[in-house]
Amino acid sequence: MNNLILRTIAKRTFYLFVAFSLYLLFRGHNLPGGGFIAGLLTVAAIVLQYLAFDIKYVQKLLPIDYINVAVMGLVLATLTGIGGMFLGYPFLTQAFDYYTIPIFGTVELATALLFDIGVYLVVIGSVLTIISAIGDEKPWNS
Amino acid sequence: MDTIVDVSLVLLSISLLIAFYRLVKGPSMPDRVVALDLIGVILIGIMALFSIKFVSKNYFDAMLVLAILAFMGTTAMAKFLVKGVIIDRDSD
Repeated sequence: MNNLILRTIAKRTFYLFVAFSLYLLFRGHNLPGGGFIAGLLTVAAIVLQYLAFDIKYVQKLLPIDYINVAVMGLVLATLTGIGGMFLGYPFLTQAFDYYTIPIFGTVELATALLFDIGVYLVVIGSVLTIISAIGDEKPWNS
Repeated sequence: MDTIVDVSLVLLSISLLIAFYRLVKGPSMPDRVVALDLIGVILIGIMALFSIKFVSKNYFDAMLVLAILAFMGTTAMAKFLVKGVIIDRDSD
């Protein structure tokens, strides 16, 4: 099938989608956004590659096992929750502070961001596992 | 200005209903796909009007996300209707 237009658009918009999802991830905990929707957008970017190309191409592009990504994210989110318990606070207590970084100026660094990155990885891993498991079936009409 | 925004909201809601009628009734599958895409575009327009009405920038990201997801859905359905398979194992 000659889908040159779709392939060109898929190649060009991949980085745009990922950049927008990272933007949503890093502004997450104060404004609309967060780990879940950022993960869904990254999944959308990768699924667009699946649609325009094929499974072989995406496996060459991202040679990772998606279930490992989900497990890593879950471990990261859980460790972020447990981290507060060592200091005597309840589970999932979050902390934040303001730091001055040379280029960016004063930024707010929160441990909620680490939790959000965990959620992001869990969403990417689990949704891509589901989609690649469903998509790897035999076609229904051929 | 407020009156114009309100009238536009009412008009977009009516067109949403018409598109939803085509989604439910649509005799063939491509009709339903086009209706779903149209519903996505109308929802983006409604969100843009909300951001004017409530003077808020927070709707813009939701508009972008909805546009991307509606585009993905339409693309996947179009490929399914043409080829019968959404994800190729090994194309050409």
